[in-house]
Amino acid sequence: MTPSQPALPASATPLPARLAVSLRAARLVYGGMTLFDGLNLELGGGGFTCLLGPSGIGKSSLLRLLAGLTPPGVSGELRGGDGRPLAGRVAYMAQQDLLLPWLNVLHNVTLGGRLRGEAVDRSRALGLLGRVGLADAVLARPDTLSGGMRQRVALARTLMEDRPVVLMDEPFSGLDALTRLRLQALAAELLAGRTVLLVTHDPLEALRLGEHILIMNGRPATLSALPDLPGTPPREPGEPAVQAAYRAILRRLEAA
Amino acid sequence: MNGLGRGLATLAGLLLVWQAVVMLGDLPPYILPDPWAVARSLWHHGGSLLHHAGVTALEIVLGMVLGTLLGCGSALVLGYSRRARRWLLPALVASQAIPVFAIAPLLVLWLGYGMSSKIAMAMLVIYFPVTANFYDGLRHTRRGWLDLARVMLPEQRRWAVLRHIAIPAALPALASGLRVAAAVAPIGAVLGEWVGSSAGLGYLMLHANSRMQVDLMFAALFVLAALAVGLYFLVDAGSKRWLPWHRPSPETETD
Repeated sequence: MTPSQPALPASATPLPARLAVSLRAARLVYGGMTLFDGLNLELGGGGFTCLLGPSGIGKSSLLRLLAGLTPPGVSGELRGGDGRPLAGRVAYMAQQDLLLPWLNVLHNVTLGGRLRGEAVDRSRALGLLGRVGLADAVLARPDTLSGGMRQRVALARTLMEDRPVVLMDEPFSGLDALTRLRLQALAAELLAGRTVLLVTHDPLEALRLGEHILIMNGRPATLSALPDLPGTPPREPGEPAVQAAYRAILRRLEAA
Repeated sequence: MNGLGRGLATLAGLLLVWQAVVMLGDLPPYILPDPWAVARSLWHHGGSLLHHAGVTALEIVLGMVLGTLLGCGSALVLGYSRRARRWLLPALVASQAIPVFAIAPLLVLWLGYGMSSKIAMAMLVIYFPVTANFYDGLRHTRRGWLDLARVMLPEQRRWAVLRHIAIPAALPALASGLRVAAAVAPIGAVLGEWVGSSAGLGYLMLHANSRMQVDLMFAALFVLAALAVGLYFLVDAGSKRWLPWHRPSPETETD
Protein backbone atom coordinates (compact mmCIF):
# COMPACT_ATOMS: atom_id res chain seq x y z
CA MET A 1 0.00 0.00 0.00
CA THR A 2 1.29 3.44 -0.80
CA PRO A 3 1.35 5.89 2.10
CA SER A 4 -0.53 8.52 0.09
CA GLN A 5 -3.77 6.56 0.36
CA PRO A 6 -6.15 7.43 3.20
CA ALA A 7 -6.33 4.79 5.92
CA LEU A 8 -9.66 3.07 5.47
CA PRO A 9 -11.10 0.69 8.07
CA ALA A 10 -10.26 -2.34 5.91
CA SER A 11 -6.57 -1.57 5.96
CA ALA A 12 -6.63 -1.35 9.73
CA THR A 13 -7.45 -5.04 10.18
CA PRO A 14 -4.27 -6.96 10.99
CA LEU A 15 -3.29 -9.55 8.40
CA PRO A 16 -3.55 -13.19 9.40
CA ALA A 17 -0.19 -14.83 10.15
CA ARG A 18 1.71 -15.81 7.02
CA LEU A 19 1.10 -19.41 6.17
CA ALA A 20 3.19 -21.54 3.84
CA VAL A 21 1.55 -24.32 1.81
CA SER A 22 3.02 -27.69 1.04
CA LEU A 23 1.63 -30.27 -1.37
CA ARG A 24 3.45 -33.60 -1.70
CA ALA A 25 3.11 -36.43 -4.19
CA ALA A 26 0.01 -35.05 -5.88
CA ARG A 27 -1.48 -37.33 -8.49
CA LEU A 28 -4.42 -36.85 -10.82
CA VAL A 29 -5.74 -39.44 -13.22
CA TYR A 30 -8.58 -38.15 -15.35
CA GLY A 31 -10.32 -40.17 -18.03
CA GLY A 32 -7.54 -42.77 -18.09
CA MET A 33 -4.90 -40.08 -18.59
CA THR A 34 -2.35 -39.15 -15.95
CA LEU A 35 -2.37 -35.36 -15.80
CA PHE A 36 0.26 -35.25 -13.09
CA ASP A 37 1.94 -37.73 -10.78
CA GLY A 38 4.34 -37.22 -7.91
CA LEU A 39 3.95 -33.48 -8.16
CA ASN A 40 5.36 -31.37 -5.31
CA LEU A 41 4.46 -27.76 -4.66
CA GLU A 42 5.79 -25.50 -1.94
CA LEU A 43 4.45 -21.98 -1.49
CA GLY A 44 6.34 -19.67 0.84
CA GLY A 45 4.23 -17.82 3.42
CA GLY A 46 3.04 -14.43 2.23
CA GLY A 47 4.30 -14.77 -1.34
CA PHE A 48 2.42 -14.10 -4.58
CA THR A 49 2.98 -17.03 -6.93
CA CYS A 50 1.65 -17.31 -10.46
CA LEU A 51 1.14 -20.72 -12.00
CA LEU A 52 1.45 -20.54 -15.76
CA GLY A 53 0.73 -23.22 -18.29
CA PRO A 54 -1.25 -24.10 -21.41
CA SER A 55 -4.94 -24.89 -21.02
CA GLY A 56 -5.87 -28.46 -20.24
CA ILE A 57 -2.58 -29.15 -18.49
CA GLY A 58 -4.24 -29.55 -15.07
CA LYS A 59 -3.61 -26.10 -13.53
CA SER A 60 -7.18 -25.68 -12.39
CA SER A 61 -7.30 -29.22 -11.02
CA LEU A 62 -4.16 -28.51 -9.00
CA LEU A 63 -5.74 -25.33 -7.66
CA ARG A 64 -8.96 -27.13 -6.78
CA LEU A 65 -6.92 -29.77 -4.99
CA LEU A 66 -5.33 -27.00 -2.89
CA ALA A 67 -8.77 -25.50 -2.23
CA GLY A 68 -10.06 -28.80 -0.88
CA LEU A 69 -12.37 -29.26 -3.85
CA THR A 70 -10.87 -32.63 -4.63
CA PRO A 71 -12.16 -33.97 -7.93
CA PRO A 72 -12.43 -37.75 -8.26
CA GLY A 73 -9.18 -39.48 -9.19
CA VAL A 74 -6.96 -37.05 -7.33
CA SER A 75 -4.70 -37.68 -4.38
CA GLY A 76 -1.87 -35.93 -2.57
CA GLU A 77 -0.70 -34.84 0.84
CA LEU A 78 -1.72 -31.25 1.57
CA ARG A 79 -0.56 -29.34 4.63
CA GLY A 80 -0.18 -25.81 5.85
CA GLY A 81 3.31 -24.65 6.78
CA ASP A 82 2.45 -25.33 10.42
CA GLY A 83 1.73 -28.98 9.64
CA ARG A 84 -2.03 -28.67 10.11
CA PRO A 85 -4.64 -29.17 7.37
CA LEU A 86 -5.38 -26.26 5.09
CA ALA A 87 -9.19 -26.53 5.14
CA GLY A 88 -10.85 -23.41 6.52
CA ARG A 89 -7.77 -21.25 5.95
CA VAL A 90 -8.22 -20.76 2.21
CA ALA A 91 -10.18 -18.28 0.12
CA TYR A 92 -11.04 -19.12 -3.47
CA MET A 93 -11.75 -16.89 -6.44
CA ALA A 94 -12.78 -18.43 -9.73
CA GLN A 95 -12.90 -17.22 -13.31
CA GLN A 96 -16.63 -16.67 -13.00
CA ASP A 97 -17.48 -14.14 -10.33
CA LEU A 98 -19.98 -16.60 -8.78
CA LEU A 99 -22.06 -13.77 -7.35
CA LEU A 100 -25.46 -14.89 -6.12
CA PRO A 101 -27.94 -12.98 -8.29
CA TRP A 102 -30.57 -12.67 -5.56
CA LEU A 103 -28.24 -10.92 -3.13
CA ASN A 104 -27.08 -7.34 -3.35
CA VAL A 105 -23.39 -6.49 -3.48
CA LEU A 106 -22.99 -6.14 0.29
CA HIS A 107 -24.72 -9.44 1.02
CA ASN A 108 -22.63 -11.19 -1.60
CA VAL A 109 -19.47 -9.90 0.03
CA THR A 110 -20.59 -11.12 3.46
CA LEU A 111 -21.81 -14.51 2.22
CA GLY A 112 -19.09 -16.53 3.97
CA GLY A 113 -19.94 -15.25 7.43
CA ARG A 114 -23.64 -15.89 6.96
CA LEU A 115 -22.98 -19.42 5.69
CA ARG A 116 -20.96 -20.12 8.83
CA GLY A 117 -23.60 -18.50 11.01
CA GLU A 118 -21.19 -15.84 12.28
CA ALA A 119 -21.94 -12.24 13.11
CA VAL A 120 -21.29 -10.20 9.97
CA ASP A 121 -18.82 -7.33 10.24
CA ARG A 122 -20.72 -4.86 8.12
CA SER A 123 -18.34 -1.96 8.48
CA ARG A 124 -15.41 -4.11 7.38
CA ALA A 125 -17.37 -5.23 4.31
CA LEU A 126 -18.22 -1.61 3.48
CA GLY A 127 -14.57 -0.67 3.91
CA LEU A 128 -13.49 -3.41 1.52
CA LEU A 129 -16.09 -2.35 -1.02
CA GLY A 130 -14.67 1.15 -0.74
CA ARG A 131 -11.18 -0.21 -1.41
CA VAL A 132 -12.32 -1.91 -4.63
CA GLY A 133 -14.09 1.29 -5.68
CA LEU A 134 -17.67 0.11 -5.21
CA ALA A 135 -18.77 2.32 -2.33
CA ASP A 136 -21.66 3.58 -4.48
CA ALA A 137 -22.85 0.15 -5.58
CA VAL A 138 -23.25 -1.45 -2.16
CA LEU A 139 -26.98 -2.08 -2.57
CA ALA A 140 -26.94 -2.86 -6.29
CA ARG A 141 -27.98 -6.26 -7.59
CA PRO A 142 -25.20 -8.10 -9.49
CA ASP A 143 -27.12 -8.17 -12.78
CA THR A 144 -26.97 -4.38 -12.91
CA LEU A 145 -23.15 -4.36 -12.78
CA SER A 146 -20.53 -4.62 -15.51
CA GLY A 147 -18.21 -7.62 -15.72
CA GLY A 148 -15.34 -5.66 -14.20
CA MET A 149 -17.48 -4.45 -11.32
CA ARG A 150 -18.76 -7.95 -10.66
CA GLN A 151 -15.23 -9.29 -10.49
CA ARG A 152 -14.34 -6.49 -8.07
CA VAL A 153 -17.21 -7.62 -5.85
CA ALA A 154 -15.79 -11.15 -6.05
CA LEU A 155 -12.39 -9.77 -5.03
CA ALA A 156 -13.95 -7.98 -2.05
CA ARG A 157 -15.75 -11.20 -1.09
CA THR A 158 -12.44 -13.09 -1.27
CA LEU A 159 -10.76 -10.48 0.95
CA MET A 160 -13.71 -10.48 3.34
CA GLU A 161 -12.93 -14.11 4.08
CA ASP A 162 -9.63 -12.86 5.50
CA ARG A 163 -7.79 -16.14 5.02
CA PRO A 164 -3.99 -16.46 4.97
CA VAL A 165 -4.06 -18.39 1.69
CA VAL A 166 -5.83 -17.11 -1.44
CA LEU A 167 -6.27 -19.30 -4.50
CA MET A 168 -7.31 -17.68 -7.77
CA ASP A 169 -8.26 -19.45 -10.96
CA GLU A 170 -7.84 -17.09 -13.93
CA PRO A 171 -9.85 -14.44 -12.12
CA PHE A 172 -9.30 -11.72 -14.73
CA SER A 173 -9.37 -13.66 -17.98
CA GLY A 174 -12.95 -12.72 -18.85
CA LEU A 175 -12.32 -8.98 -18.74
CA ASP A 176 -11.31 -6.42 -21.33
CA ALA A 177 -7.66 -5.34 -21.41
CA LEU A 178 -7.97 -2.06 -19.53
CA THR A 179 -10.25 -3.42 -16.81
CA ARG A 180 -7.88 -6.35 -16.45
CA LEU A 181 -4.85 -4.10 -15.91
CA ARG A 182 -6.71 -2.12 -13.26
CA LEU A 183 -7.94 -5.18 -11.43
CA GLN A 184 -4.50 -6.76 -11.50
CA ALA A 185 -3.04 -3.68 -9.82
CA LEU A 186 -5.84 -3.68 -7.28
CA ALA A 187 -5.37 -7.37 -6.51
CA ALA A 188 -1.61 -6.98 -6.12
CA GLU A 189 -2.16 -4.18 -3.65
CA LEU A 190 -4.94 -5.74 -1.61
CA LEU A 191 -3.53 -9.26 -1.47
CA ALA A 192 -0.07 -8.21 -0.29
CA GLY A 193 1.05 -10.25 2.69
CA ARG A 194 -1.11 -13.26 1.92
CA THR A 195 0.04 -16.50 0.36
CA VAL A 196 -1.45 -16.26 -3.12
CA LEU A 197 -1.48 -18.78 -5.92
CA LEU A 198 -2.91 -17.39 -9.15
CA VAL A 199 -3.48 -19.73 -12.06
CA THR A 200 -3.28 -18.15 -15.50
CA HIS A 201 -2.56 -18.99 -19.10
CA ASP A 202 -1.44 -15.41 -19.83
CA PRO A 203 2.37 -14.97 -19.46
CA LEU A 204 2.03 -11.19 -19.17
CA GLU A 205 -0.37 -11.51 -16.27
CA ALA A 206 2.05 -13.84 -14.49
CA LEU A 207 4.94 -11.44 -15.12
CA ARG A 208 2.92 -8.47 -13.95
CA LEU A 209 1.71 -10.03 -10.71
CA GLY A 210 4.02 -12.86 -9.68
CA GLU A 211 6.74 -12.54 -7.09
CA HIS A 212 7.41 -16.13 -8.09
CA ILE A 213 6.40 -17.77 -11.34
CA LEU A 214 5.88 -21.49 -11.80
CA ILE A 215 5.48 -23.09 -15.20
CA MET A 216 3.39 -26.22 -15.49
CA ASN A 217 4.11 -28.23 -18.58
CA GLY A 218 4.33 -31.67 -20.13
CA ARG A 219 2.26 -34.84 -19.71
CA PRO A 220 2.32 -35.93 -16.97
CA ALA A 221 2.86 -32.32 -16.01
CA THR A 222 5.81 -31.08 -13.99
CA LEU A 223 6.42 -27.73 -12.30
CA SER A 224 9.49 -25.61 -12.89
CA ALA A 225 10.27 -22.23 -11.35
CA LEU A 226 11.27 -19.19 -13.37
CA PRO A 227 14.01 -16.99 -11.89
CA ASP A 228 12.35 -14.29 -9.76
CA LEU A 229 12.05 -10.95 -11.53
CA PRO A 230 13.39 -7.69 -10.14
CA GLY A 231 10.97 -5.09 -8.82
CA THR A 232 7.71 -5.44 -6.93
CA PRO A 233 4.39 -6.25 -8.55
CA PRO A 234 2.36 -4.94 -10.21
CA ARG A 235 5.04 -4.52 -12.83
CA GLU A 236 4.49 -2.47 -15.96
CA PRO A 237 4.05 -4.69 -19.02
CA GLY A 238 6.56 -2.51 -20.93
CA GLU A 239 9.50 -2.97 -18.56
CA PRO A 240 12.60 -4.47 -20.27
CA ALA A 241 12.93 -7.20 -17.62
CA VAL A 242 9.31 -8.17 -18.23
CA GLN A 243 9.85 -8.24 -21.98
CA ALA A 244 12.96 -10.43 -21.65
CA ALA A 245 11.21 -12.81 -19.27
CA TYR A 246 8.22 -12.94 -21.61
CA ARG A 247 10.43 -14.22 -24.44
CA ALA A 248 12.04 -16.74 -22.08
CA ILE A 249 8.62 -18.05 -21.02
CA LEU A 250 7.45 -18.45 -24.60
CA ARG A 251 10.63 -20.39 -25.44
CA ARG A 252 10.08 -22.64 -22.48
CA LEU A 253 6.42 -23.25 -23.27
CA GLU A 254 7.25 -24.02 -26.89
CA ALA A 255 10.12 -26.33 -26.00
CA ALA A 256 7.86 -28.68 -24.08
CA MET B 1 -50.59 -2.53 -22.05
CA ASN B 2 -49.50 -4.31 -25.18
CA GLY B 3 -50.10 -7.79 -23.75
CA LEU B 4 -53.60 -6.87 -22.64
CA GLY B 5 -54.38 -5.48 -26.09
CA ARG B 6 -53.18 -8.66 -27.76
CA GLY B 7 -55.24 -10.76 -25.32
CA LEU B 8 -58.39 -8.75 -26.08
CA ALA B 9 -57.76 -9.01 -29.82
CA THR B 10 -57.40 -12.80 -29.52
CA LEU B 11 -60.62 -12.96 -27.48
CA ALA B 12 -62.49 -10.88 -30.06
CA GLY B 13 -61.18 -13.11 -32.84
CA LEU B 14 -62.32 -16.26 -31.05
CA LEU B 15 -65.79 -14.75 -30.47
CA LEU B 16 -66.04 -13.94 -34.18
CA VAL B 17 -65.11 -17.49 -35.16
CA TRP B 18 -67.64 -18.82 -32.65
CA GLN B 19 -70.39 -16.62 -34.09
CA ALA B 20 -69.42 -17.68 -37.61
CA VAL B 21 -69.56 -21.39 -36.69
CA VAL B 22 -73.03 -20.94 -35.18
CA MET B 23 -74.32 -19.01 -38.21
CA LEU B 24 -72.72 -21.05 -40.96
CA GLY B 25 -73.39 -24.42 -39.31
CA ASP B 26 -76.96 -23.39 -38.52
CA LEU B 27 -76.55 -24.98 -35.07
CA PRO B 28 -79.51 -24.98 -32.66
CA PRO B 29 -78.92 -23.16 -29.33
CA TYR B 30 -79.06 -26.41 -27.32
CA ILE B 31 -75.99 -27.68 -29.18
CA LEU B 32 -73.98 -24.48 -29.42
CA PRO B 33 -75.49 -21.18 -28.26
CA ASP B 34 -74.15 -18.03 -29.90
CA PRO B 35 -71.92 -15.64 -27.89
CA TRP B 36 -74.82 -13.27 -27.26
CA ALA B 37 -76.91 -15.95 -25.63
CA VAL B 38 -74.00 -16.82 -23.36
CA ALA B 39 -73.43 -13.16 -22.53
CA ARG B 40 -77.13 -12.77 -21.69
CA SER B 41 -76.96 -15.85 -19.48
CA LEU B 42 -73.84 -14.46 -17.82
CA TRP B 43 -75.79 -11.31 -16.98
CA HIS B 44 -79.01 -13.07 -16.02
CA HIS B 45 -77.41 -15.67 -13.73
CA GLY B 46 -74.74 -13.30 -12.48
CA GLY B 47 -75.53 -13.70 -8.78
CA SER B 48 -75.63 -17.47 -8.88
CA LEU B 49 -72.48 -17.63 -11.04
CA LEU B 50 -70.68 -15.36 -8.61
CA HIS B 51 -71.69 -17.52 -5.65
CA HIS B 52 -70.53 -20.76 -7.28
CA ALA B 53 -67.37 -19.14 -8.64
CA GLY B 54 -66.54 -18.03 -5.13
CA VAL B 55 -66.83 -21.60 -3.86
CA THR B 56 -64.64 -22.95 -6.66
CA ALA B 57 -62.10 -20.14 -6.27
CA LEU B 58 -61.80 -20.85 -2.56
CA GLU B 59 -61.26 -24.55 -3.28
CA ILE B 60 -58.60 -23.73 -5.86
CA VAL B 61 -56.76 -21.26 -3.68
CA LEU B 62 -56.78 -23.49 -0.60
CA GLY B 63 -55.72 -26.44 -2.74
CA MET B 64 -52.90 -24.33 -4.20
CA VAL B 65 -51.68 -23.19 -0.80
CA LEU B 66 -51.79 -26.64 0.81
CA GLY B 67 -50.41 -28.41 -2.26
CA THR B 68 -47.58 -25.89 -2.52
CA LEU B 69 -46.69 -26.32 1.16
CA LEU B 70 -46.76 -30.09 0.86
CA GLY B 71 -44.84 -30.07 -2.44
CA CYS B 72 -42.16 -27.69 -1.15
CA GLY B 73 -41.79 -29.75 2.01
CA SER B 74 -41.39 -32.95 0.02
CA ALA B 75 -38.87 -31.37 -2.35
CA LEU B 76 -36.84 -30.09 0.60
CA VAL B 77 -36.81 -33.48 2.26
CA LEU B 78 -35.74 -35.07 -1.03
CA GLY B 79 -33.09 -32.44 -1.54
CA TYR B 80 -31.75 -32.70 2.00
CA SER B 81 -31.63 -36.40 2.67
CA ARG B 82 -30.10 -38.97 0.40
CA ARG B 83 -31.96 -41.72 2.21
CA ALA B 84 -35.28 -39.98 1.61
CA ARG B 85 -34.36 -39.69 -2.04
CA ARG B 86 -33.66 -43.40 -2.31
CA TRP B 87 -36.91 -44.43 -0.64
CA LEU B 88 -39.39 -41.72 -1.55
CA LEU B 89 -38.47 -40.76 -5.10
CA PRO B 90 -39.54 -44.09 -6.67
CA ALA B 91 -42.76 -43.98 -4.64
CA LEU B 92 -43.40 -40.43 -5.78
CA VAL B 93 -42.89 -41.31 -9.43
CA ALA B 94 -45.02 -44.47 -9.12
CA SER B 95 -47.81 -42.47 -7.49
CA GLN B 96 -48.06 -40.46 -10.66
CA ALA B 97 -49.06 -43.60 -12.55
CA ILE B 98 -52.41 -43.42 -10.71
CA PRO B 99 -54.64 -40.88 -12.43
CA VAL B 100 -55.97 -38.45 -9.89
CA PHE B 101 -59.30 -38.63 -11.71
CA ALA B 102 -59.59 -42.28 -10.75
CA ILE B 103 -59.43 -41.57 -7.04
CA ALA B 104 -61.82 -38.61 -7.12
CA PRO B 105 -64.82 -40.81 -6.10
CA LEU B 106 -62.76 -42.20 -3.22
CA LEU B 107 -61.93 -38.71 -2.00
CA VAL B 108 -65.60 -37.77 -2.06
CA LEU B 109 -66.39 -40.96 -0.17
CA TRP B 110 -63.75 -40.25 2.47
CA LEU B 111 -64.01 -36.48 2.78
CA GLY B 112 -67.66 -35.94 1.92
CA TYR B 113 -69.56 -33.75 -0.51
CA GLY B 114 -68.23 -30.53 0.96
CA MET B 115 -65.25 -28.45 0.04
CA SER B 116 -62.56 -30.60 1.61
CA SER B 117 -62.72 -33.31 -1.04
CA LYS B 118 -62.29 -30.67 -3.79
CA ILE B 119 -59.44 -29.00 -1.96
CA ALA B 120 -57.80 -32.40 -1.63
CA MET B 121 -58.26 -32.97 -5.38
CA ALA B 122 -56.68 -29.64 -6.31
CA MET B 123 -53.89 -30.36 -3.86
CA LEU B 124 -53.18 -33.76 -5.35
CA VAL B 125 -53.20 -32.44 -8.91
CA ILE B 126 -50.62 -29.75 -8.17
CA TYR B 127 -48.49 -31.72 -5.71
CA PHE B 128 -46.39 -33.43 -8.36
CA PRO B 129 -45.56 -30.44 -10.60
CA VAL B 130 -44.61 -28.37 -7.54
CA THR B 131 -42.49 -31.12 -5.99
CA ALA B 132 -40.83 -32.17 -9.24
CA ASN B 133 -39.95 -28.64 -10.34
CA PHE B 134 -38.68 -27.46 -6.98
CA TYR B 135 -36.70 -30.64 -6.41
CA ASP B 136 -35.21 -30.33 -9.87
CA GLY B 137 -34.16 -26.78 -9.06
CA LEU B 138 -32.63 -27.89 -5.76
CA ARG B 139 -30.63 -30.57 -7.53
CA HIS B 140 -29.21 -28.30 -10.21
CA THR B 141 -27.49 -25.68 -8.13
CA ARG B 142 -24.67 -24.14 -10.11
CA ARG B 143 -21.52 -26.11 -9.37
CA GLY B 144 -19.35 -23.02 -8.87
CA TRP B 145 -21.64 -21.74 -6.10
CA LEU B 146 -21.38 -25.04 -4.28
CA ASP B 147 -17.59 -25.00 -4.68
CA LEU B 148 -17.48 -21.51 -3.24
CA ALA B 149 -19.63 -22.55 -0.29
CA ARG B 150 -17.44 -25.61 0.25
CA VAL B 151 -14.29 -23.48 0.51
CA MET B 152 -16.03 -20.98 2.79
CA LEU B 153 -17.46 -23.72 4.98
CA PRO B 154 -15.32 -26.86 4.75
CA GLU B 155 -17.25 -28.90 7.32
CA GLN B 156 -20.32 -30.38 5.71
CA ARG B 157 -23.29 -28.29 6.80
CA ARG B 158 -25.94 -29.13 4.27
CA TRP B 159 -28.65 -27.04 5.85
CA ALA B 160 -26.60 -23.82 5.66
CA VAL B 161 -25.81 -24.42 2.00
CA LEU B 162 -29.43 -25.34 1.28
CA ARG B 163 -30.75 -22.26 3.04
CA HIS B 164 -28.32 -19.69 1.66
CA ILE B 165 -27.66 -21.05 -1.81
CA ALA B 166 -29.65 -24.05 -3.04
CA ILE B 167 -33.14 -22.89 -2.00
CA PRO B 168 -32.90 -19.34 -3.37
CA ALA B 169 -31.28 -20.70 -6.51
CA ALA B 170 -34.20 -23.12 -6.95
CA LEU B 171 -36.92 -20.47 -6.57
CA PRO B 172 -37.22 -19.81 -10.32
CA ALA B 173 -37.78 -23.54 -10.84
CA LEU B 174 -40.39 -23.50 -8.07
CA ALA B 175 -42.04 -20.54 -9.80
CA SER B 176 -42.41 -22.49 -13.04
CA GLY B 177 -43.87 -25.37 -11.02
CA LEU B 178 -46.36 -22.95 -9.50
CA ARG B 179 -47.33 -21.66 -12.94
CA VAL B 180 -48.14 -25.22 -14.02
CA ALA B 181 -49.98 -25.69 -10.72
CA ALA B 182 -52.06 -22.56 -11.33
CA ALA B 183 -53.08 -23.97 -14.70
CA VAL B 184 -54.09 -27.42 -13.42
CA ALA B 185 -55.50 -26.62 -9.96
CA PRO B 186 -58.90 -25.54 -11.42
CA ILE B 187 -59.11 -28.92 -13.19
CA GLY B 188 -58.74 -30.69 -9.87
CA ALA B 189 -61.36 -28.59 -8.14
CA VAL B 190 -63.95 -28.87 -10.94
CA LEU B 191 -63.35 -32.59 -11.28
CA GLY B 192 -64.03 -33.00 -7.59
CA GLU B 193 -67.24 -31.05 -8.01
CA TRP B 194 -68.37 -33.26 -10.87
CA VAL B 195 -68.00 -36.39 -8.80
CA GLY B 196 -70.25 -35.10 -6.07
CA SER B 197 -71.02 -31.67 -4.70
CA SER B 198 -73.73 -29.15 -3.91
CA ALA B 199 -71.92 -25.97 -4.93
CA GLY B 200 -69.23 -24.67 -7.25
CA LEU B 201 -68.88 -24.03 -10.97
CA GLY B 202 -68.52 -27.74 -11.72
CA TYR B 203 -71.76 -28.43 -9.90
CA LEU B 204 -73.46 -25.57 -11.76
CA MET B 205 -72.25 -26.94 -15.10
CA LEU B 206 -73.57 -30.44 -14.39
CA HIS B 207 -76.84 -28.97 -13.16
CA ALA B 208 -77.22 -26.77 -16.25
CA ASN B 209 -76.25 -29.63 -18.52
CA SER B 210 -78.97 -31.91 -17.15
CA ARG B 211 -81.55 -29.17 -17.79
CA MET B 212 -80.30 -28.44 -21.30
CA GLN B 213 -79.31 -24.91 -20.19
CA VAL B 214 -76.36 -24.99 -22.54
CA ASP B 215 -75.95 -21.21 -22.48
CA LEU B 216 -75.55 -21.31 -18.69
CA MET B 217 -73.05 -24.12 -19.06
CA PHE B 218 -70.98 -21.99 -21.40
CA ALA B 219 -71.31 -19.03 -19.06
CA ALA B 220 -69.99 -21.14 -16.18
CA LEU B 221 -67.20 -22.40 -18.41
CA PHE B 222 -66.32 -18.82 -19.28
CA VAL B 223 -66.16 -17.82 -15.61
CA LEU B 224 -64.00 -20.85 -14.87
CA ALA B 225 -61.61 -19.96 -17.68
CA ALA B 226 -61.43 -16.37 -16.44
CA LEU B 227 -60.68 -17.69 -12.95
CA ALA B 228 -57.91 -19.95 -14.22
CA VAL B 229 -56.33 -17.26 -16.38
CA GLY B 230 -56.52 -14.76 -13.52
CA LEU B 231 -54.85 -17.21 -11.17
CA TYR B 232 -52.10 -17.88 -13.70
CA PHE B 233 -51.34 -14.21 -14.18
CA LEU B 234 -51.40 -13.66 -10.44
CA VAL B 235 -48.76 -16.35 -9.95
CA ASP B 236 -46.76 -15.09 -12.91
CA ALA B 237 -46.82 -11.50 -11.67
CA GLY B 238 -45.94 -12.68 -8.17
CA SER B 239 -42.93 -14.61 -9.37
CA LYS B 240 -41.72 -11.63 -11.39
CA ARG B 241 -42.20 -9.37 -8.39
CA TRP B 242 -40.45 -11.63 -5.90
CA LEU B 243 -37.70 -12.92 -8.18
CA PRO B 244 -36.65 -9.76 -9.98
CA TRP B 245 -33.13 -11.13 -10.39
CA HIS B 246 -34.34 -14.00 -12.49
CA ARG B 247 -34.78 -12.85 -16.04
CA PRO B 248 -34.57 -15.55 -18.66
CA SER B 249 -32.43 -13.92 -21.29
CA PRO B 250 -30.77 -15.22 -24.46
CA GLU B 251 -27.38 -14.47 -22.94
CA THR B 252 -27.91 -16.85 -20.04
CA GLU B 253 -24.42 -17.70 -18.95
CA THR B 254 -23.09 -21.18 -19.43
CA ASP B 255 -21.05 -22.67 -16.68
